[in-house]
Amino acid sequence: MRIAVASGKGGTGKTTVAVNLAFFMTSAGQKVQYLDCDVEEPNGHIFLKPAIDRTRPVLVKVPVVDQDKCTSCGECSAKCQFHALVTLPGSTLVFPELCHGCGLCSIVCPEKAISETMREIGKIEAGTGLRGIRFAHGILNIGEPMGNPVIKEVKREAFPGYVQIIDAPPGTSCPVVETISDADVVVLVTEPTPFGLHDLRAVVEVARAAGKSIGIVINRERGDFPPLSRYLAEQKLDVLARIPEDRKAAEAYSKGRLILEALPEYRDNFIDLVIGLGLLLGCGELKGRRQQA
Amino acid sequence: MREIVIASGKGGTGKTSLAGSFASLLHRKVVADCDVDAANLKLLLKANVIGSHEFFAGRKAKIDPDVCTACGKCAEVCRFNAVSKNYTIDALSCEGCGACHFLCPAGAVSFNETLCGHYYVAEMGKGDALVFAELLPGGENSGKLVSMVRTKAREIAEARGINLILIDGPPGIGCPVISSLTGAHLAVLVTEPTMTGVHDLERVVGLARHFDIPTAVIVNKGDINPSCTEDIESFCRERQLDFLGSIPYEPIITEAQRQGETVVDFAPECQASVAIHSIFDKLMRKLEEL
Repeated sequence: MRIAVASGKGGTGKTTVAVNLAFFMTSAGQKVQYLDCDVEEPNGHIFLKPAIDRTRPVLVKVPVVDQDKCTSCGECSAKCQFHALVTLPGSTLVFPELCHGCGLCSIVCPEKAISETMREIGKIEAGTGLRGIRFAHGILNIGEPMGNPVIKEVKREAFPGYVQIIDAPPGTSCPVVETISDADVVVLVTEPTPFGLHDLRAVVEVARAAGKSIGIVINRERGDFPPLSRYLAEQKLDVLARIPEDRKAAEAYSKGRLILEALPEYRDNFIDLVIGLGLLLGCGELKGRRQQA
Repeated sequence: MREIVIASGKGGTGKTSLAGSFASLLHRKVVADCDVDAANLKLLLKANVIGSHEFFAGRKAKIDPDVCTACGKCAEVCRFNAVSKNYTIDALSCEGCGACHFLCPAGAVSFNETLCGHYYVAEMGKGDALVFAELLPGGENSGKLVSMVRTKAREIAEARGINLILIDGPPGIGCPVISSLTGAHLAVLVTEPTMTGVHDLERVVGLARHFDIPTAVIVNKGDINPSCTEDIESFCRERQLDFLGSIPYEPIITEAQRQGETVVDFAPECQASVAIHSIFDKLMRKLEEL
């Protein structure tokens, strides 16, 4: 089972929910793997404190032009959609950061002057964190624009027999689509503010377009925020758990501590979340338990 | 003309709330909301949209089933697994490289520009303008849309003789952030005194260095963890970054947002507003030095 945790707006508590959920499910005897797909700013390691035992580079293919064979015909640069090649009289230049690694240039070159080489854009680190949680994250190199190849490699770390908890990047664009693409359920963490709601609407559309079941977690709840309640009711979105606004939780977070370690009273919030997830995934026998609770 | 970018690395540190307050304090400005995934500044700044534009970028492949001979060439050349077994293209997986279009022997694959989002121009009164954009959910080419917003903002500033553009940037360090930062005169990084905030600050400082952009730092919610705030100050000294100040944690900032106002307008006397005023003054002095 793969649970992706996403949000639209940044800083709503994706990582908080993801790492504490991983910790909670592990404590309940589940084998859990945490995958951090926020490769621009990965943070889960701060809380799960993994011992990293394996590191590998993320490589992408980029073209190399044999300038002796190149006739400057311009076929490659005309076809490249990403402006990664520019043909000048006498040579063709390559801009590797713009290349998407599609390989079209090497196929269309009539002189067979283009081969491909590998370029490192980031790395994957894997290991074991608190309570034996399996851990992997991707780190995009600074200055690299495209994180998607790194996200794909993080997801390849998924280990059979484990529940994967996948921490997504903020936003609603292609890295989020890539992160949630093979999730069984998407947990969207929001906060009861106009910004939180605005960005929740957008990410709900992304998750729906990808055909995913959606569960909502409201973080930093402080009284009712009617526009959010109305939206969730209209869209028939289930709130799986609510986490109150709490300065103590913010302080624990600031020190890199799990809420469940610092403030064990939050256990109930995560019980709600797990039961809610079970219901979303069609575990009918949980229904009765929720009603009792 | 000067362009200031508010960025953060980590999301939710208060970029947009702060950008809104700065926009309110600045006299003549064009504001560019470059967080095209989550454009929220319009919720704080009272602005009337006067122009909306479609943004087309990048192309997507589509197979015409009547022309397709099921030869398999498209699936063979596609490196993004976008061609399904029955020869349809999954738009979400399609990278828009055109390999299938250019190499299909039957000419069955069309390759047209796609609508990726919209951008808008809004009037804020007194001749000030807000430019913002909305990427379609799941959209690509966010970096290009950011460039479009910045270009539009510069055009308006030039036409109106305004010499300051305030850019609200997206979180992260990837393509839309790079597009927001390149060529800007000053990056103002908003962080929070948490281990994650510091971790992400270091990465975005690295990015600003990479593009050689002068950088200043603001700590939001500084009193949540005072010793961490001090660490950030000394980090700034070490790296020779301008530390502009710290803003205290106050629930009234959230309340202002709920009321659709910037905190300096909603609660001008509160401690956070006082801190923002003092940071703003330092920022203006910094701009004069540039």
